[in-house]
Amino acid sequence: MDLEQFAVILSIGLFNGLIVALVAIGYTLVYGIIELINFAHGDVFMLGTLLTYFGLVAILPGFGVEASLISALALIPFIMVITAVINASIERVAYRPLRNAPRLAPLISAIGMSFILQNVGIILLGPSPKAVPSVLPNDPLIVMPGGRTLISLNEVVVGAVTIPLLLALAYFVTSTRQGKAMRATAQDREAAGLMGINVNRTISQTFLIGGALAGAAGFVVALFLGQAWWFFGFPFGLLAFTSAVLGGIGNITGAALGGIVLGLVKSISDFYIEARWTNVIVFSILIIVLVFRPTGLLGAKQAEGA
Amino acid sequence: MKLRNLGALSAAVLIVASACTQSGAPATGGAPATGGQPSAGGGEKGTITVWSSLPRQGSSKGQTDTIVNAIKLALEERNNQAGGYTIEYVDGDDSTAEAGQWTEAKEIENATNASSDPDVVGYLGTFNSGAAAVSIPINCRAGLVMISPANTYPGLTKPGKGEEGEPDNFYPDGCKHNYFRVIPADDLQGLAGAKWAKQLGFKKVYVIDDSQLYGKGIADVFRAEAPGQELEVVGNDSILGTETDYISLAQKVQQAAPDLVYFGGITQQNAGQLWRDIKDAMPDVAMMGPDGIAEQAFLDAAAEAAEGTYTTFGGLPAEELEGEGAEFVSTFKERFGDLEPYTAYGYEAANVLLDAIERASARNPTDNAQLRAFVLEEVANTKDYQGALGTWSFDQNGDTTLTQMSGSQVVDGEFVFQDIIE
Repeated sequence: MDLEQFAVILSIGLFNGLIVALVAIGYTLVYGIIELINFAHGDVFMLGTLLTYFGLVAILPGFGVEASLISALALIPFIMVITAVINASIERVAYRPLRNAPRLAPLISAIGMSFILQNVGIILLGPSPKAVPSVLPNDPLIVMPGGRTLISLNEVVVGAVTIPLLLALAYFVTSTRQGKAMRATAQDREAAGLMGINVNRTISQTFLIGGALAGAAGFVVALFLGQAWWFFGFPFGLLAFTSAVLGGIGNITGAALGGIVLGLVKSISDFYIEARWTNVIVFSILIIVLVFRPTGLLGAKQAEGA
Repeated sequence: MKLRNLGALSAAVLIVASACTQSGAPATGGAPATGGQPSAGGGEKGTITVWSSLPRQGSSKGQTDTIVNAIKLALEERNNQAGGYTIEYVDGDDSTAEAGQWTEAKEIENATNASSDPDVVGYLGTFNSGAAAVSIPINCRAGLVMISPANTYPGLTKPGKGEEGEPDNFYPDGCKHNYFRVIPADDLQGLAGAKWAKQLGFKKVYVIDDSQLYGKGIADVFRAEAPGQELEVVGNDSILGTETDYISLAQKVQQAAPDLVYFGGITQQNAGQLWRDIKDAMPDVAMMGPDGIAEQAFLDAAAEAAEGTYTTFGGLPAEELEGEGAEFVSTFKERFGDLEPYTAYGYEAANVLLDAIERASARNPTDNAQLRAFVLEEVANTKDYQGALGTWSFDQNGDTTLTQMSGSQVVDGEFVFQDIIE
């Protein structure tokens, strides 16, 4: 076996996994706090790619700014705020009224929201994928003795955006007052309310954070893969949701770990087996893990154990 | 009791209505064909109807507008006459505004209306292969001939090239084969791709398909034909359009070191992403695909990665037509403006039908039912036809014997015609 090649495949999988992890955390945060699989989450992520596309082709040129890596990075906060607000609005409109309804009801409204967002994507972007202007150079950064590129500049940008966000989230959840309120609400919503925590606000805040991370992930994907597509919510959502379950749904560290594991599995399977078998392999691994560890790799629902 | 009365009433209405359509249609001049005794000889034999069924709304409207204009031009050039009959033309629409494309219900409606009207002797269409699969059996049972200007799905005519049971299931209960097309089918594209790759001087090719009927079919043919064209297949993969990226696959392709990557598939199966990821890993590799990516959407998706891509198209672009074809192109341009890829095929389909009507009329059919049967036979007998597309015949499957394909390349973000692939 060609070890250098293997190293390249691992590096590709790692950086893909980091993106998946950002989306996966959105699923797991929401599940941890209201035990709902937010099916619209993947589509909020898709809106992130869409906003990046329009930011680079319409908004930046509209202000007379040339689309470059620096000006693109300046878009991140705006994209994160917009997707955060969209995600929180979805909670307010589609989930909160159903909070005390049977558990299937919000699940169905989540699927409905997902379709609505997909169609918004179709209306704005059209039915086919659109190329995002390439502002991310993929110059080789670390080249191995055999001449293959191990890490390129665009991968470093992926890491530079995702890793600080993951660390910031971990800090927020473990070490701030609001993070403590989140953990308390996740543990026991009623008791948290009795202790004076504003439960509604805390839940909204969770959706804001999840939406912001999805927006950031959308930005990274639009630049890294170079495309925006209304359909993106599905493949990434599926992969991210699977990562969240693999790592233990509700467990933030687990979601990040699950994302990276799946990124590696996907990359290895694409290369050594065949691309069309990748989903089969991903889900076989999921099933095997769940048979032996029904709560996922790190155990389910420990939003407090960030 | 009341219900039964209603039933009887509606039956009576239906009979009257159908009697009206039978007697009401031939209103244009001359003695109408009465009681199945067309007045033979002396020019005017009555009025017969030709239908077309095309998606007249939605994304295909641009194409079908030009096809309908081409059909009208063909009729005009003969003063709406063929074999002594006056031809009435019905521009049928098999799409709905809501769907934005063809729908099964509309296509069934068109085929039923056309085939149940005894004055209808020909059905030009469809545009979409899926629509043809719906209307062929309906028209076949009624013995009504269909000529398509645009269907390319091989299974409609070719045994073993489509799904199991095709094409026999389109011609149920042993009805006479009634479907013909003037455009070469998709299975020839794989072969054309392999031939062109050899002409362009490629030696090692990596074949990828999108796991779908259309794309995998073409890619399989390409792979089978490659050795005969001195191409070495250094690897092959099936992808799914639902994957997030193909970066690892690009590594695999790079390791196999091909000088050409052939993709059997369509834009909507994530071709743009595939192109970008492969070009990222191998900026110098050439890429080729079938007409499923020969569209603006592909250029939007792949952007700069599309540059230099080779594509094949089943048939010839309008600018390459000669003789009668070139004449048609210049007349059409004068009257209606620019041509679309399928415009000339619409003109050819209409002319083949009108010529068949003339030959059928010469056999003196006793009534319009017999005329319809004769027209079907005469279309099937089309041999060494000299038309706008060149000289060709229908083979026993109803396919054109023309196998010419055109090859284009993306130059400065546009498809530019390069070569005719024989």
